Amino acid sequence: MSSENRQILTTDGIPLEVSLKKAEKKNKIRAFLLVAPLLLFIIITYVFPIGDMLMRSVDDKMVTEMLPKTYKSMEKWDGKELPPEEVFKAFYIDFQKLIEEEREGKLSTQLNYTKNGFKSIIKKLRRKSKSFEEGNYKEQIMAVHRRWADVEYWRAIKRRAPAYTYQKYLKGMDMYENEKGDIVNVAEDRRIHRILWLRTLEIAFFVTVFCFLMAYPIAHLLATLPMKYSNLLMICVLLPFWTSLLVRTASWMILLQQQGIVNDFFVTIGLVTDDNRVEMMYNKTGSYVAMTQILLPFMVLPLYSVMKTISPSLMRAGKSLGGTPFVAFWKVYFPLTIPGIGAGCLLVFILAIGYYITPALVGGASGTLISNQIAFHMKSTLDWSFASAMGLMLLSGVLVIYWLYNKLVGIDNIKLG
Amino acid sequence: MSVKNDFVKFDKVDKSYDGKILVVKDLQLDIAEGEFVTMLGPSGSGKTTCLMMLAGFETPTNGEIYLDGNAISSIPPHKRGIGMVFQNYALFPHMTVYENLAFPLRVRKIPKDEADKKIDKALSMVSLQGFAQRMPGQLSGGQQQRVAVARSLVFDPQLVLMDEPLGALDKNLRESMQYEIKHIHENIGVTVVYVTHDQSEALTMSNRIAVFNDGKVQQLSSPDELYEKPVNSFVAEFIGENNTFEGEVLEISGEKCKIKLSSAEILANPISVKEKGERTTVSIRPERALINPTDKMDNIHNGKIEEVIYHGDHTRVRINLLGNSEFILKVPNSSSNLDIKLGNEIKIGWNSDDARALDPK
Repeated sequence: MSSENRQILTTDGIPLEVSLKKAEKKNKIRAFLLVAPLLLFIIITYVFPIGDMLMRSVDDKMVTEMLPKTYKSMEKWDGKELPPEEVFKAFYIDFQKLIEEEREGKLSTQLNYTKNGFKSIIKKLRRKSKSFEEGNYKEQIMAVHRRWADVEYWRAIKRRAPAYTYQKYLKGMDMYENEKGDIVNVAEDRRIHRILWLRTLEIAFFVTVFCFLMAYPIAHLLATLPMKYSNLLMICVLLPFWTSLLVRTASWMILLQQQGIVNDFFVTIGLVTDDNRVEMMYNKTGSYVAMTQILLPFMVLPLYSVMKTISPSLMRAGKSLGGTPFVAFWKVYFPLTIPGIGAGCLLVFILAIGYYITPALVGGASGTLISNQIAFHMKSTLDWSFASAMGLMLLSGVLVIYWLYNKLVGIDNIKLG
Repeated sequence: MSVKNDFVKFDKVDKSYDGKILVVKDLQLDIAEGEFVTMLGPSGSGKTTCLMMLAGFETPTNGEIYLDGNAISSIPPHKRGIGMVFQNYALFPHMTVYENLAFPLRVRKIPKDEADKKIDKALSMVSLQGFAQRMPGQLSGGQQQRVAVARSLVFDPQLVLMDEPLGALDKNLRESMQYEIKHIHENIGVTVVYVTHDQSEALTMSNRIAVFNDGKVQQLSSPDELYEKPVNSFVAEFIGENNTFEGEVLEISGEKCKIKLSSAEILANPISVKEKGERTTVSIRPERALINPTDKMDNIHNGKIEEVIYHGDHTRVRINLLGNSEFILKVPNSSSNLDIKLGNEIKIGWNSDDARALDPK
């Protein structure tokens, strides 16, 4: 007899499951109503904006919408030779409409991303097209500039036909799709993003290692000291949180600069000569030092919360059973702190990988990270779609690390506090 | 091979944590080889501190501890070779039972097949065969406890320390574990120093009991002697139940003395009183005083029954006797013919031998 066909009934004869659902329905509705405002708030202020921003990384509708007739007429064009007259005519009509709406500048910017040289010829076309006569637009447009007679440029226009694109992602990895549709690397001297990605990983990795090495003894001390002292020490650990990130970074600038306190000290004790001061800022060293200090509490806290739960009698047991203090630590204490190490390292690494203000201020040219590049495209070039593409790449990188961690250690083995 | 009477020796050991208060005062204690000695006392009496000094986790402020004739103060814990069972078992939660037991053998570099034999033996000793691959978290409290005992014995130490190992278990389990530990001790003949604040546990298990109070050993003797012949009023109070009278010595002559209470006079056995006029506390065990004494007892007084509490195998009767309204009697249920009713006046009698005149409280 299987349990499926043996339904349990309540004393009133209603199936138990139905009765249970009915009894819990009210509670469920109430619970949902309680979280509903927050849920709504998160959807409106978090999910939508981020989703929209991420969509921009693949969104390429702008050109598609600016040249609707052109793309329609281009459908039959195989792209081998110059397009037929009807394409030129459609392009002329679309272009006139853009001039009316004063959007031809945007078109030139967009097309220029795809192929250099569009800006000037579109400007020229705008001037000359006022005096165009009806009919035979192919001849007239080609006469404006010799590039208009170059099939490469028309192919470039056609490449922008799809409403969605992955070009920004290729660009983020220093690659692009060439005229033949192959994905190739950009010229060696123009590859900047790969260096930035690698540097971001490198700095995040080493900052995590430094944080771990420094936080482990502190957390251990915090967990084993009597309450009176551990509270004071805890305040010292948390003190940086009470100061603004900018102030903390600025104080590192005061400390690390060439005429700064640390260098003065080195000169005083004779470690370096006065005209040979160490460069500790505007390079990787600056990023390492400042980021390690700022992210240290994020490592200390998870470690502390795990260490606090480890009974001191475990170490004693290890020693009384004959383990040297090191063996007792390595075989007993250390394995038990792994959940805290995992949590701390993951936290610090993820924070470090997206760090922005500190590297911008003390990192200089060789200490900036990918997030500085994202900010640069957000603020200066206004290429938001590229910025959001890199943002998404960063996010997926973090997710990959998370996945790897889950494979290696197991995510339920993590303990944040 | 002769048995050493001072296998473990505390020699004039003092211990202070803060330089102001002595937690252990001038401790002088010898433990023989193969003995089961319990340190019993209320919390804060210094018994656990003594154990920790023996294990090497605390250092004596003064004095020296000897293990098998060697001073051990300068030997670190991991070289002392002392097995230890901790209050909350201290099993390594990330290791299986097997790995927990293998830990002391691995650090001693014992070959695997030999280690496996020892582990099997230790597990069968605590009847936990087949549990080797479990994690400690999957075991019940009693099983964890037994693993802890097995782990402390697996590397054949000469001395095992147990720090309130049964404190976290429920009553029935605690009792059965008491017998189990006692039997293990009897079978393998290891020396055990056991710390507890539970007097019945101490009485059940030990060869000798050291009663601690205020950093000092109040009495060190076998369980029966401790119960029957406490040497001071603290021990009398702490071990078992006790009826007391406060009074003053009127006369003293050899084995007997006369004590003047507030309203009467009683005869008692002078233990720690020497001369007339001394204040004293007289202690009588509840089962030594009888209702309606038939044989000739030298103390017979009238009392009024204030409370009757049924306890199954016996009945506890609270009597107002000679100004003490907390006088407790234990009446076995077989003597149901006695007329025990609330408010009745009855005769109570005891031998002066069982009324021990101790130091005043």
